[in-house]
Amino acid sequence: MSTTQLKRVPASRSTVAKKYAMAVSGLIMVGYLVLHMYGNLKALQSPEAFNDYAHHLRTIGEPILPHTGLLWIVRVVLLAAVLIHAYCAISLWRRNKKAAGFTGGLGAKRYHSKQNRTGIQRSYASFTMRWGGVTIALFIVFHILNLTTNDIHPGGASDEPYEKLHNSFQYFWVLLSYTVAMIAVGFHLWHGFWSALQTLGQNRSSTRIESNANTAAIVIAAVITIGFLVPPFSIYFFGLGG
Amino acid sequence: MAQAIDEFITVGDEIADSAAPSGPIEKRWDERKFSAKLVNPANRRKINVIIVGTGLAGAAAAATMGEAGYNVKTFCYQDSPRRAHSIAAQGGINAAKNYRNDGDSVYRLFYDTVKGGDFRSRESNSYRLAQVSVNIIDQCVAQGVPFAREYGGLLDNRSFGGVQVSRTFYARGQTGQQLLIGAYQALERQIAAGTVEMNTRHEMLDLIVVPDSDGTERARGIIVRDMVSGEIETHTADVVVLATGGYGNVYFLSTNAMGSNVTATWRAHRKGAYFGNPCYTQIHPTCIPVSGEYQSKLTLMSESLRNDGRIWVPKAQGDDRHPTDIPEDERDYYLERIYPSFGNLVPRDIASRAAKYQCDDGKGVGPGGLGVYLDFADAIARMGRKTVEAKYGNLFDMYARITGEDPYSQPMRIYPAVHYVMGGLWVDYDLQSNIKGLFVGGEANFSDQGANRLGASALMQGLADGYFVLPSTLPDYLASHHLEPVTEDHPRVVEARKAVEERVEKLLSINGSRTVDSIHKELGHIMWEYCGMERSEEGLVKAIGLIRDLKNEFWTNVKVTGVNEELNQTLERANRVADFIELGELMCIDALNRAESCGGHFRSESQTEDGEALRHDDEFAYVAAWEYGDDDKKVLHKEPLTYEYIEMKARSYK
Amino acid sequence: MKITVNVWRQKNADAKGAMVTYQLDDVLEDMSFLEMLDVLNETLTLAGEDPVAFDSDCREGICGSCGVVINGIPHGPEVTTTCQLHLRSFKDGDVIDIEPWRASGFPVVKDLVVDRGAFDRIIQAGGYISVNTGSAPEANNLPVPKEDADHAFEAATCIGCGACVAACPNGSAMLFTAAKITHLGLLPQGQPERDSRVLGMVEQHDAEGFGGCTNIGECTTACPKGIPLDVISRLNRDLLGALAAGKA
Repeated sequence: MSTTQLKRVPASRSTVAKKYAMAVSGLIMVGYLVLHMYGNLKALQSPEAFNDYAHHLRTIGEPILPHTGLLWIVRVVLLAAVLIHAYCAISLWRRNKKAAGFTGGLGAKRYHSKQNRTGIQRSYASFTMRWGGVTIALFIVFHILNLTTNDIHPGGASDEPYEKLHNSFQYFWVLLSYTVAMIAVGFHLWHGFWSALQTLGQNRSSTRIESNANTAAIVIAAVITIGFLVPPFSIYFFGLGG
Repeated sequence: MAQAIDEFITVGDEIADSAAPSGPIEKRWDERKFSAKLVNPANRRKINVIIVGTGLAGAAAAATMGEAGYNVKTFCYQDSPRRAHSIAAQGGINAAKNYRNDGDSVYRLFYDTVKGGDFRSRESNSYRLAQVSVNIIDQCVAQGVPFAREYGGLLDNRSFGGVQVSRTFYARGQTGQQLLIGAYQALERQIAAGTVEMNTRHEMLDLIVVPDSDGTERARGIIVRDMVSGEIETHTADVVVLATGGYGNVYFLSTNAMGSNVTATWRAHRKGAYFGNPCYTQIHPTCIPVSGEYQSKLTLMSESLRNDGRIWVPKAQGDDRHPTDIPEDERDYYLERIYPSFGNLVPRDIASRAAKYQCDDGKGVGPGGLGVYLDFADAIARMGRKTVEAKYGNLFDMYARITGEDPYSQPMRIYPAVHYVMGGLWVDYDLQSNIKGLFVGGEANFSDQGANRLGASALMQGLADGYFVLPSTLPDYLASHHLEPVTEDHPRVVEARKAVEERVEKLLSINGSRTVDSIHKELGHIMWEYCGMERSEEGLVKAIGLIRDLKNEFWTNVKVTGVNEELNQTLERANRVADFIELGELMCIDALNRAESCGGHFRSESQTEDGEALRHDDEFAYVAAWEYGDDDKKVLHKEPLTYEYIEMKARSYK
Repeated sequence: MKITVNVWRQKNADAKGAMVTYQLDDVLEDMSFLEMLDVLNETLTLAGEDPVAFDSDCREGICGSCGVVINGIPHGPEVTTTCQLHLRSFKDGDVIDIEPWRASGFPVVKDLVVDRGAFDRIIQAGGYISVNTGSAPEANNLPVPKEDADHAFEAATCIGCGACVAACPNGSAMLFTAAKITHLGLLPQGQPERDSRVLGMVEQHDAEGFGGCTNIGECTTACPKGIPLDVISRLNRDLLGALAAGKA
């Protein structure tokens, strides 16, 4: 009888271990997002507060650390988290697609029935994890070119953090791209945060819907999405700090 | 009478259980174990053991023999040993632990078993069963079987099957499942350890019997069909164990699994093994009735429902009013009326037969008039819906799912269904059949239950045989005989294999106009009508004729599609039904021979003035062990039963 | 009632399969789903065609043999096994799609029959308590808190049907694996082998080609026995503990 048995690999390199790596790297990024969002909200206080905060990020830890030292540490950790997260995601994605019994290359089907294509209870967020993740990755590239290196500078380049922000968000397309990206982040976190907690063994409920971890994920996803969108919307619609 | 019997039966020599030890009953099992020869651990690996069937008895025996170091091969027709029908047992497992301090003991369980078996079982076997029962619980708990527990963390017990003590261990309504999973896990552990080779989706189609150097015929292997590839395989061994379950599916409709069959034991019977007491059939009173001709199987509901439910039929024949529209004084609570002291709690066979009488009288309810009401209206009024829900909720849900009716607002309909067979291959105290080297365990043998089985004793027997009895008696046989290996080109092997291949070819070549199921259903109707809850000489003689015609019809007009070399479920069923037909005939002959009523066998000619079962101990206190004989006449060997410890008495539930 | 069924037909493991449509003009709503297939098969047999192969045994919802994907959902619209599903859950004139479990760990044997041997091999990798027959201590010497015993029982009710794998968009068998880890891990008898069990079973799970769990939760909802999702969380916790203890 045909079987699909693969080579046995140690549990430390199992699908579950990869999920631990995704959960931990994901949580690191969530932690970063919370701090990032906190900083962004400084823009609501005043342009000076925002600029001071941005400047302060570069001087934290001095003189023990060199100028922008901590920032680089954070950047390295984040980059590592992103790479690990992406590597595990791609590796599991490929495996899972095969495991689910999809055959026949492009346009392959698992079940031929056209009914109940959206599953029984699964969240919309769970459908968007992979392409949502790709969307977010592309956005991060744009975001760094836009507001970190300022290579993309609609409305004019600047060295002042607040001015970069303010100039960019005069444009609807920039606002739109940020909005799309933040919604993608929201969905990603809704499923991702819940998933991380379950992966790390912290769910004690019999279904996803009933779990506190799922509630926590919805809250954190909503807070981060809204928290990130408030400054750009304020700038675009109310000319904040202009 | 004698005429009818002479037509079908030749009386052969009496037989005796030569392995049975004598002496005080409580010492017999220990003595037998002590006198048994042992196999040197270093030699065990070289000894091949075949075990067919991996339910409670088979899986437990395979795991235990594997642990001991024997080279074990197991076979099952399912896709995994975890699916054997032992899994469906609901109620529980008896053990004489006396945790409740309510006066239970090994002796009392022994007493209840012999009495429950209506004095047609062996005292020695029943005693051993009771003795071993306590070890079973220890073993299962150590394996992690999650039995129900009390708040203090100790094991819970309940009273079951009308006995006076609480000795039944249970895991909600899924005791069979949990015990089987325990045995299955032990088996899988041995498979991983390499001591057991498991062959799933393999069905045994014949037994290989080979004479040894002294000319003694011994079971030396089996012929199986790989159900996926169709390949006919030969497997030889030093000893063969059959643990292939019961044959209730001879009735087509029963609570057995769709695949449960008699083929393994029947092929062994055809090769010379005696079939013991085939007519003893347990019919369970609280099953969900048949809803139509398409019905494929019956579902049992725990008889605990009779504790609070009241059974009734309309007083008028053919009353087709909705049950809730029938006023109280037009209902007949017949069990309470006829058996005022036991009421709705009379034993299974009495409750079953009483329901049949009501339906025969035209008072049955539901489709075809084959059902009686089991009413919880009074219980709900007395205890409240909440309490009823807590106690019976899962059963009510099951009923609602299957029938689409709400048992809270209208009475349930129930009807008896075939549930368990006490008969099976004849074995001695060692569970060895008259063919040397062929051992039989669990429901497949006839040995421990007598003419009727107590509730929660089937699981007990399966595990007793598998974990404790067979692993003690098999080594004695293996150590006592040095057997030369049998090769695949031995004439007997070639012959057996050829016979199987020819049979398969024959089945595929008939290409008639009737499906296998239609013939199986017809057989079921005959068996249920004439060899069911009540049997009579006239009916049985008629049934034998009908079955012989049906056998002819089968072999000339059955239609089996497809080929052998693929998964062919029609072919599998055809092969099983062919054997069921022959078994059905033997059951009728056995029932015809036993002109008395006892346990799961009721002859209308043998009843008291009140219509109760009447045993004839002077004539029938024996095991009927049948030799195949020929197509027309079966050979009856009697094994007399004697009772040294328990006095034979008639039952009374009035 | 009249129904139309689209059934996956595949001659053997190597053949290419396809959906085939059959019309059933005379079925009854009290029929079980499998009895409907029986009726179809009787018709096909009489017409000399190969009947549809499907697994079923106890037909009481406990053996776990049966199971097909009905309209895209394992075991169909009710939370129960296929054998306990009745046609009254459908309407006259319905079109019903019937397919086998799909997962690379469950290769199709024929039509609706798949090979679930992988589940047995996962159990072989540690899904047991190593106790030889005859060596067990007196049962009541080891009290188990009722709550633990009840939870263990709940996890132990898994029937190994494979619906979780069929429902999982990743073809993961984590719910099955975790149910056994939880059953044995909650009992005192299961403690000595707790680390080796989770390591072995997870390794075997992966070696069988099942996918990784992404915590979507379809498995639990499709499970006819309602095996809870937190068993997977428990497996994750146990594996983390075993890896942290350097048991790998």
